[in-house]
Amino acid sequence: MILLALILIPLLGGLLAWWAERFGTRATRWVALVATVLQLGVAAGIWAVHPGGGQTWWLDYARPWIPQFGIGLHLALDGFSLLLVLLTGVIGVLSVAASWEGITVKVGFFHFNLLWTLAGITGIFLSFDLFLFYVCWEVMLVPLYFLIDVWGHEERHFAAKKFFIFTQTAGLFLLLGMLGLVLTVAARFHVLTFDYFTLMQHPLGLYPLARWLMLGFFLAFAVKLPAVPLHTWLPDAHTQAPVAGSVDLAGLVLKVGAYGLMRLTLPLFPEISRAFAPIALTLAVLGILYGAVLAFAQTDLKRLVAYTSISHMGFVLLGIFSFNTMAWLGVTIILLAHGLSTGALFIFVGILNDRVKTRDITRMGGLWARAPILGGLTLFFALAALGLPGLGTFVGELLVLQGTFLVQPLFAVLASLGFILSSIYALWMLQRVFFGPPAPHVEARDVKPHETAMLAAAIALTLWLGLYPQPMLDTARAGVAQMLSTPEGGTP
Amino acid sequence: MTWADLPALYPMLIPAATAVLLLLTLTVRRDARLAAGVAMAGFIAGLLALAASAAELSHPVTMLLTVDRFAVVFWGILLFAGLLVSVFAVGYFRTLREPREEFYLLWLLAVVGAMVMAASAHFAAFFLGLELLSVSLYVLIAYPRMQSRAVEAGVKYLILAGASSAFVLFGMALTYAATGTLTFAELFTHLTLFPGDVLLLGGVVMILVGVGFKLALVPFHFWTPDVYEGAPLPVTAAVATVSKGAAFALLTRLLLGVIQAQPGHSTLAVIFTLLALASMIVGNLLALAQGNLKRLLAYSSIANMGYALTAFIAGGDAARVAIPYFFAGYIVAVLAAFGVMTQLSTPEHELQEVEDYRGLAWRYPWSAALLTVALLSLAGIPLTAGFLGKFFVLTAGMAAGRWTLVVTLVLTSGLGLYYYLRVITALYQAPLEGEQPTPPPLHLPHRLSVLTGLALAVLAALLLLLGVYPSPVLHLLAWP
Repeated sequence: MILLALILIPLLGGLLAWWAERFGTRATRWVALVATVLQLGVAAGIWAVHPGGGQTWWLDYARPWIPQFGIGLHLALDGFSLLLVLLTGVIGVLSVAASWEGITVKVGFFHFNLLWTLAGITGIFLSFDLFLFYVCWEVMLVPLYFLIDVWGHEERHFAAKKFFIFTQTAGLFLLLGMLGLVLTVAARFHVLTFDYFTLMQHPLGLYPLARWLMLGFFLAFAVKLPAVPLHTWLPDAHTQAPVAGSVDLAGLVLKVGAYGLMRLTLPLFPEISRAFAPIALTLAVLGILYGAVLAFAQTDLKRLVAYTSISHMGFVLLGIFSFNTMAWLGVTIILLAHGLSTGALFIFVGILNDRVKTRDITRMGGLWARAPILGGLTLFFALAALGLPGLGTFVGELLVLQGTFLVQPLFAVLASLGFILSSIYALWMLQRVFFGPPAPHVEARDVKPHETAMLAAAIALTLWLGLYPQPMLDTARAGVAQMLSTPEGGTP
Repeated sequence: MTWADLPALYPMLIPAATAVLLLLTLTVRRDARLAAGVAMAGFIAGLLALAASAAELSHPVTMLLTVDRFAVVFWGILLFAGLLVSVFAVGYFRTLREPREEFYLLWLLAVVGAMVMAASAHFAAFFLGLELLSVSLYVLIAYPRMQSRAVEAGVKYLILAGASSAFVLFGMALTYAATGTLTFAELFTHLTLFPGDVLLLGGVVMILVGVGFKLALVPFHFWTPDVYEGAPLPVTAAVATVSKGAAFALLTRLLLGVIQAQPGHSTLAVIFTLLALASMIVGNLLALAQGNLKRLLAYSSIANMGYALTAFIAGGDAARVAIPYFFAGYIVAVLAAFGVMTQLSTPEHELQEVEDYRGLAWRYPWSAALLTVALLSLAGIPLTAGFLGKFFVLTAGMAAGRWTLVVTLVLTSGLGLYYYLRVITALYQAPLEGEQPTPPPLHLPHRLSVLTGLALAVLAALLLLLGVYPSPVLHLLAWP
């Protein structure tokens, strides 16, 4: 029941926030803030109550939905899902706060879309019925499309359509894969079900069709992640989205791709995924290097941050296809740390855009002298992104590299080149924006209190992840081990 | 046929009798509102009578008709569409300075014709229904007779539908020559026994030309965009829903068994596969460039018929659920889209261009929301009826291993998103400060009647309900 509440809070909060617009935009903002804080609170409450450690499945909620097709409303929660739900809560609060002043038109509809996106993402992390998973997957897209299309920047219509068509088409291949899996299982074992746990007990092994089905499951998540040849929607969408949209996209939507690979693709098709690993690892290393190199070449600040995401998600893909617990725990930490640090970087770009009225790096410079606090904060997140020890991303990427090195040393060595490149682009960006000759027409204002509060919270969490990640690792361990211990998945 | 057979036919007989009653009423008093009221009462009574038919399932009523669950489900869909089109017509034609009463009379007859087609078990019933529907539509399309575009569309439809009827007749003659019978059941026996009989196949293919014309399958689709554009909006909705629903029900009755009994590479299966592929690809491709919303929906309907045909070719129990469900979703979505358009239009000034709808969401949020949901449903996004329809179609296609069709469906759906999103983008283009001047107001007397509002609300509820909670309908569809 409490799992349903986690999804219903943002859903109802969204409707309420829209309705509250008639009492003024402040009412809408407060309703949205309360809803996101409430969701975060519930998730944190679950974490506090359950010590973790022992059992894999913490909570479970199942009701029939379309019994004729074996579809149920099956929600469940393990430590791994919980961490991602917590991240959703944090990013949700941050994105509401980040649009506190930036969004001035159609405030009600904006918050409705924002909260429904969060609801869809939460749903994905909790769904253990393939049909329900797909529904949540798509439900997330439509409001996100509106966020980009209505409140985005100059090229927003193009970016929104591109984003939607890429992910939706990939999603349809996921649907095909799901249907194929369900129907094949139904034909071979005479159980028609979309239930995750039941399907896990009926492995297809190296069944000839399974190869294609796995590809469907891989494609959808690889587009979302994004893995390299399928990444072209990301720079456009991230660049054109409003601040909250970019924060959501980078902080959460990319995580959904990784989550899908870890939760569905690999556990459902373990043998084929292993056979597929060399291709995926090659794509991962390509992504790490290509994303970093392209980030270096950007002059649009948002686009730069977007390309760094591609690079970091390369590490995620690398870790996932190394098939060992250490790498997967590293992936978990990267997902959390990247969500926070990139989310914060987009907020910072939004703040900067507010002052300088441009995202063009060549027109910035010398900002440190006028806004030292902003500079300091940015330095922190840039260092976090480049993987400085003591900050979250470092822990994650180190674990991933260690895990990968055990099984695929060559790929690990190549991937570690990404560290060098990321230092270059991060420091180069700082240098261009904050130092050098001061640019004209720059407003001297430093950060405002609520902006400081937002970023301070993100700093605290990043430091926590970097200095004492043990609670997170403990929480995630059982779930991660269970996903890797295929084919026999334990039921809750 | 005995008296006991009669209740099964009530849902069809009541609208037919209402047509006669309406004719008599018009001799006494000409009043558009009264005529609309009588027609709506007829449709509602027909819908209520469905309960009686449902009790008498799987019932051959004479040699001509079969009232089974399939017929009852499609009758329900057709009567519902009939009712809603009448509701839309009341608001739409309010400014027409010509007699409006006969519209409802013809419309009743058209729906009766469609119902005959959906229940027919014999070529005579098929042709009677087809002609009743077509002849009524000729007039309905050209109903605002002072407008050249409507008359042009009417004439175009008249000529092409006439030609396709001739094909159907000739096909029936050939079939009769080959089999010596006119019942569908005998046709099935002959086709399964002698799948290579050229005369018989020729006949069936000619009948297919006629049905393909009504469904606007590629390559029989050329009339669709022009007629959609020229016809008055409620009639466009009628052509898109009632006419297609009836034709597809007939196709299912006539050939679903045959397709299922024959191997996947039989001549008929190949023909249908090609028609489906062509419809999906051509429909979606041509819709991409349309700036006119009516034409866009015309091409979208062509593509949708291709999707439906995928389930038809797949056959099996899954198809028997998928086809009615897909049509229910399709018809509700199309009615909702045309309903919103109708409610913003008059015969003299129809809002047809996508540009006309720019920024609609900030002026008429509810209309825009409904249009958005309808378009998302046509695009097959979850939580809408269209998604579950497409989901069942995909299930049927995959269960039968029709990979070419299924993959084409997925890829063309992705293509289709582009034009649906283009309309949705236009709906929500906010007049942001400084970017563009406020778009010209819709110069319309915008007053939503209670009835239209209710109809649109019902459509919205159905779109979501069919998309979220399909169990009751699936229960209803379980084949006898």
